[in-house]
Amino acid sequence: MRDLTAAGTRPLVQVRDLKVHFPIHTGVFRRHTGDVKAVDGVSFDIMAGETLGLVGESGCGKSTVGRALIRLYDPTAGSVVIDGTDIATLDAESLRRIRPTMQMVFQDPQASLNPRLKLAEIIGEPLLEHTAMDADARLKRVHELMDAVGLNRRFANRFSHEFSGGQRQRIGIARALALNPRFIVCDEPIAALDVSIQAQVVNLLEDLQAQFGLTYLFISHDLSMVRHIADRVAVMYLGRIAELSPRDALYANPLHPYARALLSAVPEADPAREATRRRIILKGDVPSPANPPKGCTFCTRCPQVIDICHSQRPVLTEVEPGRHVACHLFNSPTAGSTGSAEVTEPNQQGVSK
Amino acid sequence: MPDGAVPVLDVRGLKTIFRTRSGEVHAVNNVSFHLQPGELLGVVGESGSGKSVTMMSLLGLLPSPPADVRGGEVWLGGRDILKIGVDGLRDVRGAKVGFVFQDPMTSLNPVFTVGNQIMEPLIRHKGMTKAQARIRAAELLELVGIPDAAARLKSYPHQFSGGMRQRVMIAIALACDPDVLIADEPTTALDVTIQAQILELVRDLRTKLGMAIIWITHDLGVIAGIADRVMVMYAGQVVEQAPVAQLFARPQHPYTRALLKTIPKLGGQREARLQVIEGQPPLMTAEPGACAFRARCTHALDRCATENPQRRSLDGAPVGHGHDVACHWESPDA
Repeated sequence: MRDLTAAGTRPLVQVRDLKVHFPIHTGVFRRHTGDVKAVDGVSFDIMAGETLGLVGESGCGKSTVGRALIRLYDPTAGSVVIDGTDIATLDAESLRRIRPTMQMVFQDPQASLNPRLKLAEIIGEPLLEHTAMDADARLKRVHELMDAVGLNRRFANRFSHEFSGGQRQRIGIARALALNPRFIVCDEPIAALDVSIQAQVVNLLEDLQAQFGLTYLFISHDLSMVRHIADRVAVMYLGRIAELSPRDALYANPLHPYARALLSAVPEADPAREATRRRIILKGDVPSPANPPKGCTFCTRCPQVIDICHSQRPVLTEVEPGRHVACHLFNSPTAGSTGSAEVTEPNQQGVSK
Repeated sequence: MPDGAVPVLDVRGLKTIFRTRSGEVHAVNNVSFHLQPGELLGVVGESGSGKSVTMMSLLGLLPSPPADVRGGEVWLGGRDILKIGVDGLRDVRGAKVGFVFQDPMTSLNPVFTVGNQIMEPLIRHKGMTKAQARIRAAELLELVGIPDAAARLKSYPHQFSGGMRQRVMIAIALACDPDVLIADEPTTALDVTIQAQILELVRDLRTKLGMAIIWITHDLGVIAGIADRVMVMYAGQVVEQAPVAQLFARPQHPYTRALLKTIPKLGGQREARLQVIEGQPPLMTAEPGACAFRARCTHALDRCATENPQRRSLDGAPVGHGHDVACHWESPDA
């Protein structure tokens, strides 16, 4: 995958066949009776300095991928190589030592900040945990971070409840930056914010990326915002990647039927376009990840479903340079192994639209 | 827009305050609007702009204290419903005005079947017997696109998905053929593909039933696709009101203009950098004697600090009927 998606750039994060299953225990004896397959075989790379957008609807597993990538969840199977180290199987102490390179910005800035700590303590906590800085050095670093995210230094002794949603998200970002990470998972960082505040936070994330050379996994259900911030976009459906494409190609011409339906469902703030757009209205709801359909997980709602979709699971295959689609309309079922484009030949059939 | 017709709902000078420990919060300030038969009025604004509180004030749905609907008139069916008392309002809610809330899980009762909850307003307001109500309830479920409707009447809310629950909420709201349907962020809690289903349903129901709808949302995309007319609220006041095409093509209020520029586009030229609205929405603890948006406004004038702008017409039509804006600044493309 690496040579074809961004020639010459080195992948910082390499995910191979990642699975995260949550056990279901039922009955009086809490027997293990099944698994919620939240993430079921996901592979992708994130290049150094790149922003990979990860989109999909609630329950598709996008947040679980984000959390598994920095080992907030233990993967059931697969590997997550960050900067040369496979963190999926790392022991606790080695993991602790590598944590500073990977950080996370959470969705709900209220719930992810300790209400009993002052701002300087919240932002300084990673420094206390991972560095040998003394109190003066820590405060100096906290002030630097506050400058970087646009928080007034005078606020250092205030509590998080004294801030608005947008400012709280800045606190969360400052904390994530404290240890000079290389990779940040942004899990719906703007979903809880008002429209007029969202742009402030997204611009800040972009500025910081340019300033510190950060690599982002940007998880969101806001497809317009992902188009703005991401270089490449992965569309997830029910624990699997349906399509992984460069941003412009995806938005101009989504290939996977789910990606097409998803993009056509997003309302646009333009009445003239809204009146003339053709919408693909999907029937029904997303099936339960505890009991996904056989074959392609999208086969129960797909408007272009064919026989093979009910029996065989489609494999994520490169169908155009840089564009990977898991759909039988595009790949022959024998082509390649999951997500590794090096071993699959580009297959152009069905790329008519 | 049938402007000559008598409006089904006419709200004039509505004022609602909340009493809090840090003083009175002026949540709704002198809000006036009307709703024509068959029309869909979109109400947009950010959290705290007063859009939900306005609609809840109309129907006496706010707990008092702390809320106090302090002034204004709400004309519905020839009566000012702010003056008809608690029992009078009970005959209005659900019968004349249907309400669909944001979160269908918390607004449906988990211990009663869906059928029971659709039948309740029919029995209460229409005087139907249980048997009649059950037949009508099944019709309603079918109308909102729930397959196998008669059997699903026996299901409980938790047995439905989010989108299906919102369909049930719409069925309840429509049960008594209300004159007005108020939908408060009805698709915000739903995924986009499910939202598309619900929007499709509402478009379909409008052509079938022709009721007037007030649609509250913060999503300008939803508004663009569904509304006839739009009212933009900021800090408890209406700052701009116009037919939908007009509002998006030629927004006049600096807030509306900035808001439209701040959302990234799904198609066309991708913006290199997002435009921002600097600052935060104001605390509404004082009676506004100045423009609430002036601190964030790029066109603020001296006058804006001393005089709260009143809505003025831009096209000669009476305020509320054409394009109007509450702003001292006169934009060059007005």
